[in-house]
Amino acid sequence: MTAAEEDRQVEPVAGPASRQPVLSVRDLRTRFRTPDGAVHAVNGIGFDLHEGELLGVVGESGSGKSVTMLSLLKLLPMPPAEIVSGQALLDGEDLLALDPARLRHVRGAKVGFIFQDPMASLNPVLSVGYQLTEPLRTHLGLSRRAARRRAAALLEGVGIPAADSRLGDFPHQFSGGMRQRVMIAMALACDPKVLIADEPTTALDATIQAQILDLLQRLRRERGMAIVWITHDLGVVAGLADRVMVMYGGQAVERADVRSLYARPQHPYTRSLLRALPKIEGGSRGERLASIPGQPPTLVRAPDACPFAPRCAHAFARCHAENPALAAVTESHEVACWYDAEAGVPRAA
Amino acid sequence: MTHYIVRRLLFAVPTLIAISFILFALLDLAPNDPTGQLPLTIPAEAREQIRESLGLGQPFHIRYARWMEQFFVNEPLNLIEQAFGIEIGDSESRLRVRSWATRSPVVDLIIERLPQTLWVVGLSYLIGILIAVPIGIVSAYRQYSWFDQLGTFVSMIGFSVPTFFTGLLAIIVFSVALQWLPSIYDTTHRVTDLASFWLQIKQMAMPVMVLALFNAAQISRFMRAAVLDNLTQDYVRTARAKGLRERVVLFIHVLRNSLIPVVTLIALGIPTVFGGAIITEKIFRVNGIGELLITAIQGADIPLVQTLSFLFAVLIVLFNLIADVLYGVLDPRIRYG
Repeated sequence: MTAAEEDRQVEPVAGPASRQPVLSVRDLRTRFRTPDGAVHAVNGIGFDLHEGELLGVVGESGSGKSVTMLSLLKLLPMPPAEIVSGQALLDGEDLLALDPARLRHVRGAKVGFIFQDPMASLNPVLSVGYQLTEPLRTHLGLSRRAARRRAAALLEGVGIPAADSRLGDFPHQFSGGMRQRVMIAMALACDPKVLIADEPTTALDATIQAQILDLLQRLRRERGMAIVWITHDLGVVAGLADRVMVMYGGQAVERADVRSLYARPQHPYTRSLLRALPKIEGGSRGERLASIPGQPPTLVRAPDACPFAPRCAHAFARCHAENPALAAVTESHEVACWYDAEAGVPRAA
Repeated sequence: MTHYIVRRLLFAVPTLIAISFILFALLDLAPNDPTGQLPLTIPAEAREQIRESLGLGQPFHIRYARWMEQFFVNEPLNLIEQAFGIEIGDSESRLRVRSWATRSPVVDLIIERLPQTLWVVGLSYLIGILIAVPIGIVSAYRQYSWFDQLGTFVSMIGFSVPTFFTGLLAIIVFSVALQWLPSIYDTTHRVTDLASFWLQIKQMAMPVMVLALFNAAQISRFMRAAVLDNLTQDYVRTARAKGLRERVVLFIHVLRNSLIPVVTLIALGIPTVFGGAIITEKIFRVNGIGELLITAIQGADIPLVQTLSFLFAVLIVLFNLIADVLYGVLDPRIRYG
């Protein structure tokens, strides 16, 4: 381990208090061109990510969580995907405006990615050691031997025993949880400022899930990096995140401090999501869990109305005619809704 | 791995014995007469004597056993003697598998014809692969581009237009109209200097390219499909997310995976190289194995047909094993115990 690395570990974690965001995304719009017309997958997403902060991005399948994050590094297949507008500032550089060569220097070096399915996300015919040393050699210019030493240290760091001897192994020789640890080690190889974790625990069973959560929390404390955590599991977010962005139909419908979100959920969608969670106490046996009627939107229509309106119990005329923008409720809580759920009346225009 | 190969080879023995029996029986059941091609003036008794002399008077099982002995014992012994210049036992009186038509040993005939076939058909296979693999990769990477459309078009032509058509077309264009290339392959031609080497290239050009087009059409389609299949895999996204160059993503990550099925396909196709290309050899008068086989079939030269077919069977079994072993070498997920 280098001296610089040791320094970083004893450094106190910079909390969300430091106000200059590491990553600042504005008005991101991504479309997919399909034979049946354009699919508006991401419609004007924006967020700030501060150093050491963990932003939970919550939403159901197809809400645009992954597409948003993949758009930032242009990791979507283009075509059919196209980024229509937006800005993503990382260190004062707009990622969306970078040419492919410059973007490569961001991918894996400044922004690390962890994907959902660790089996499919690792190359089956290349050894784990080879795949781990790739970013080290590409971005840090390490020699083969130095990269190998570093790779072993990385595997050790994510809790893989006998790391040195496992470098020559192939992904199928690891268990599911171990594979995800390899993915994490790979994403962290070049000490990225931002880590994007796209449902990293969804494919794992509950015990392993808890281990991976612990591991990422520890690494975050040690390295002080900012994390975007994409999930559809509100329970995971509650225990992990500093701030939460709730997405629906390719839009952010609510953005808040984690405490504030759970204490005072504003958007009808968020409220129904929280009601749909099983409770350990309180709920009587045999009681059915609340569900949200209707289907998620297909996103073929341009976003000219509230995407949740067709499923919303409180929807009124305006909801079908105008798309609400995020507006502050309190200092740390924003919601995009024409209806004031707490007061039970439409918001003043 | 060694254990696996030995086991597979042992399993191949009963398979091959069964194949040899079926071949022998089928050819024996086929209505043919080795004297059928002889002049009608030859009396029936003489014909009967000829048949006797060919060993046809004996019952089926005796003839089959004799063939087995000749093929599996006598011929290998003979090959060893020739290779090392030694003499094992009584080699003069040892019976060899002989052609009914020419009375010369079948194995000698094959060895005589093999170089032409290997040069023409083997080279066309090699050129086909060298053309097909890059075309398949680019076609898949730039799917639906003009290159891909053109590649698809040419593959479809190579695939669906038979070689007797492309071969004749090539002869009409390059031999008749342009008079650039000879239409007949001269087997007796010897390469001694630059000029004769150039003539050799010219006479090989057409048969090789006609067959190469056909081979390339198949392999490039297969390669394209394999690359397309892998390009959409999650690990490709991971490789890009690591900031690797597109070249590295394509040639290390995607290609390594895509080559697994293609290499297997190529290995399985090698026996057909030895089998020759009957039609193409016939059109360009290449004196190869395919030509030998078709002449033997026409002349009811049963020992020659029998031996050639059985050798193809051996090659197919062998290259199936090689393909399986290659698969295990290329794909670490497959382990043979």
